[in-house]
Amino acid sequence: MTSAENKPSGRIDVRYVAHLARMHLADDEIARLQPQLEQIVGYVRQLNELNVEGIEPTAHAIPVQNVFRADEVRECLDHDAAMKNAPLAREGQFIVPKIIE
Amino acid sequence: MNFVANIGLEVHVQLKTRTKIFCGCPTTFGAPPNTRVCPVCLGYPGAMPAMNSEAIRLTVFSGLMLGCKINPYSKMDRKNYYYPDMPKNYQISQYDQPLCLGGGIEIKLADGSKKMIGLTRIHIEEDVGKNMHFAASSGIDFNRAGTPLMEIVTEPDIASADEALAFLEALKEILAYGGVSDVNLEEGNLRCDVNSSVRPVGQDKLGTKTELKNMNTFKGVYRALSYEITRQISELEKGGRIRQETRRWDDLAGVTLAMRSKEEAHDYRYFPEPDLLPIVLTPAQIDDWARALPELPENRRARMMRDYGIPEYDANVLAVDQAVANYFEATAKLSKSAKSASNWIMTTVLAKLTEQHLAIGELKITPAQLASLVNLVEVKIINISTAKEVFEIMFAQGGEPEEIVKAKGLAQVSDTGAIEKFVDEAIAANAKTVADYKGGKEAALKALIGQVMKLSKGKANPGLVNDLLKRKLS
Amino acid sequence: MANLNQLTVAEAAEKLAKRACSSEDIVRAVLSSIEKTDKQVGAYLTVDAESALAQARAADTARTKGENKPLLGVPIGMKDLLNVKRQPCTCASKILNGYVAPYDATVVAKLRAAGAVLLGRLNMDEFAMGGSTENSAYQPTRNPWDLSRVPGGSSGGSAAAVAADEALATLGSDTGGSIRQPAGFCGCVGLKPTYGRVSRYGLTAFASSLDQIGPLTKTVRDSALLLGAISGRDEMDSTSLDVPVPDYVAQLGGDLKGLRLGLPREYFIEGLDAEVEQSVRVAVAKCRELGAEIVEISLPHSKYAVAVYYIIATAEASANLARFDGVRYGLRVDGEDPLDQYGKTRAAGFGQEVKRRIILGTYVLSSGYHDAYYLRAQKVRTLIRRDFEAAFKQCDAILTPVAPTAAYKFGEKLADPLKMYLGDIFTIPVNLAGICGVSVPCGFTSEKLPVGLQVIGPALGENVILKIGHAYEQATPWHKEKPEISG
Ligand SMILES: [Mg+2]
Ligand SMILES: [Zn+2]
Repeated sequence: MTSAENKPSGRIDVRYVAHLARMHLADDEIARLQPQLEQIVGYVRQLNELNVEGIEPTAHAIPVQNVFRADEVRECLDHDAAMKNAPLAREGQFIVPKIIE
Repeated sequence: MNFVANIGLEVHVQLKTRTKIFCGCPTTFGAPPNTRVCPVCLGYPGAMPAMNSEAIRLTVFSGLMLGCKINPYSKMDRKNYYYPDMPKNYQISQYDQPLCLGGGIEIKLADGSKKMIGLTRIHIEEDVGKNMHFAASSGIDFNRAGTPLMEIVTEPDIASADEALAFLEALKEILAYGGVSDVNLEEGNLRCDVNSSVRPVGQDKLGTKTELKNMNTFKGVYRALSYEITRQISELEKGGRIRQETRRWDDLAGVTLAMRSKEEAHDYRYFPEPDLLPIVLTPAQIDDWARALPELPENRRARMMRDYGIPEYDANVLAVDQAVANYFEATAKLSKSAKSASNWIMTTVLAKLTEQHLAIGELKITPAQLASLVNLVEVKIINISTAKEVFEIMFAQGGEPEEIVKAKGLAQVSDTGAIEKFVDEAIAANAKTVADYKGGKEAALKALIGQVMKLSKGKANPGLVNDLLKRKLS
Repeated sequence: MANLNQLTVAEAAEKLAKRACSSEDIVRAVLSSIEKTDKQVGAYLTVDAESALAQARAADTARTKGENKPLLGVPIGMKDLLNVKRQPCTCASKILNGYVAPYDATVVAKLRAAGAVLLGRLNMDEFAMGGSTENSAYQPTRNPWDLSRVPGGSSGGSAAAVAADEALATLGSDTGGSIRQPAGFCGCVGLKPTYGRVSRYGLTAFASSLDQIGPLTKTVRDSALLLGAISGRDEMDSTSLDVPVPDYVAQLGGDLKGLRLGLPREYFIEGLDAEVEQSVRVAVAKCRELGAEIVEISLPHSKYAVAVYYIIATAEASANLARFDGVRYGLRVDGEDPLDQYGKTRAAGFGQEVKRRIILGTYVLSSGYHDAYYLRAQKVRTLIRRDFEAAFKQCDAILTPVAPTAAYKFGEKLADPLKMYLGDIFTIPVNLAGICGVSVPCGFTSEKLPVGLQVIGPALGENVILKIGHAYEQATPWHKEKPEISG
């Protein structure tokens, strides 16, 4: 176990994390969120009190596996229905600002 | 200083399923934009993935063909990153528990020796949509989003562009053999990311690598790698250093270029996909699938040469495609000459199929019928040019060659009386040639045979003609 | 006779079957009650009266042709995160402004198949994130018992509508208490089924490993009735359980003899309002009177549940909400490049609480922190599950308060998110363990605010908790009380 795992620092680089989450936050928003998030992170750090060595993580609440569907065609969404919600569309495509690769 | 290269490939292969990996939309290629989509593959609010069982089977099947260890417990994970062609802005993939581990492919080097290229893993994931570019904007078609892919990751065992090419060709052939993918490169069925680095001979530690993303032709991979390896070596020889970066292959200019877009910090934040449950494969299930495994192309070639006595060249041509090889074997087993069967298939059959854009499965001629045709020639009922005529008829409308020969009166004349008449006629009409033959000119006999054949409109059995002529002129 | 909008689902179904009234009569009564009181309550975001009436008339026609489905003609309201074909589904967020669902959620399809009339869209905390419905981007919803107080959340609209008789019953969703807590605050019955009992397909996801859809109703019988209608395996939701759906209504009735009910010592703690505690303890006594044996149990990891929840739920939410980017539906704010468009769209479209949780969830998954927060939380989740497994070896069901307090005033907890989060302390463990729980009215505070009793059952123990809730309900007067505003 790394030391970071035992003692995560309570500092959050809110601007960086907001960038990872693709949200352009204004400075005042970041300033407001910063102490709130750090308070919450401080609170959740109480989990460090527990010894969890050898404990299996729970990813699913139910002990079920191998749920598959057969490779069978189902009806698609009608093209017009698919485009109806599009904020911007052209030639049957969803439009975004130019992608530069 | 001498350098060696280490190349690793991440090959994305489209699996041959009817429907997408998590929804019932068909995987048809070339449909109008956004007509093969549904709430699931468009990432609509509330939509949930449901795993296509065939995607799992095909991936495990591939793993078995490639000598991988099949992971008894595997799971799906979310890989988080934002990109317009990815509907949910996370890709459902596999992180720490892929379906297959290890394995490898043996490739043949130029000097005839063999080399094993190790595989790290094979996992399944969903494909993204397709971007189209307008002047000031880009358009997205999500038809391809959710197409099942298996990602085959190699160890950095590949040492040159030639080896990379050999690996990809061998891989393509095996996947086609197993029927797990159409491996149609034009349709983007096989795309790869290429990681390469160079290091001085004698140094164990790998050099800094660069990545070429989304290469979709073998030739492109070959040219890009040839360029990139040379570039890295000359960079180091100049005393420079290699930057770890993603580069783009400019096919027109024939160079690799650093990507212009801002270098994004990648933090994929993987976590287990809560909407999909773990995949647990029992040995019984794996064995069941393993029973259907095809013979690998390399083994098949060797066996065909041994069992049918055909040359290596023939085996190479015939074994490229499992269906062709099956067709050959079925024909050869019923033919009086396996080599003749091979010649027919390699030249006439395959050429005709290519010309008509047909697959071997669409051929109207059964292996038994082709064998009959081969045999009619072998026992000299018809000669080869008649056989070609019969073949054309069979190709166009099917049918038994014997019946076609009979119906069209194409059988060789083996009636001695009838042939004798033609022989006499030929002798009478070609006194000069007869004299030449009698004077010791062996070649004159050929001319006389030709005359008889002409008189019989090609139907006389050439062996009988030969015998009769010799007898009459002796 | 009570107005038709005051009927329970069971009563309405009976009246309809006897042709004592038509579906159109009931729908009109509900629509007029909405007309009359919803300006004050604010439970509904949208009501498509015409469509509801058309569905009602179709149900009436079907009945004259001899059809008799269990919910034929009964109007049901939907929390605004359930997709109903051709209806908006905003999740009370600006980012889904303008989105019209092109498909039915599985529960919606099941209700349609049972003959129900789909009424309107109910207010909620944006993307179900909150416990007071104050986080709706569109409007506040007021508690029908005291309009200066919150209805609870996130299914605040669903609970308030039922309490104010603006609906016979509604569906909500519960990720950490979002059905049970507002049901408790509004004095109705709220059921969080076992994870996997009800298909989530078509429920806009908040935290996929915790979310469940469930009914908010006036009685336990209605809860059983609706649970039966919406449960079952669904091909579209791989996590839905392939387990037969029992007749939950048929299993109601009788006393509590032979049942052992556990009281977790960790749930009667500092911070628990005295009046709430008093009501719950009296309710426990009532259960003993009805024949149950009461045993003290321990759920030792309870105090970590809120921390585990706010890591796991936000981590999952950070991915679930990544799809709102302005490309395929909803709000779009133009940008210089696609990433700029995302950044601007998401900044403009999400409210404060949603942003807070997305950032927290992104942070706990990010490189360097994943193991310390997310993985550790998953492991503690295992410990919490095991607590319940051990407890259910000693008892058949568990009795607890639903929330530490009764409904509070607007704005009281808004400034302090952590304080708000701690309000879910008694309901969250049930979601983490994937088990079931129901909130049943168990009295009032001195200010005449409803108090809820939570009955927790093991996985697929809905029949047990509904039986207990029903026996308790029938032995007490609470469910018959109505707020003044209802009429
Ligand atoms: Mg990949
Ligand atoms: Zn689809």
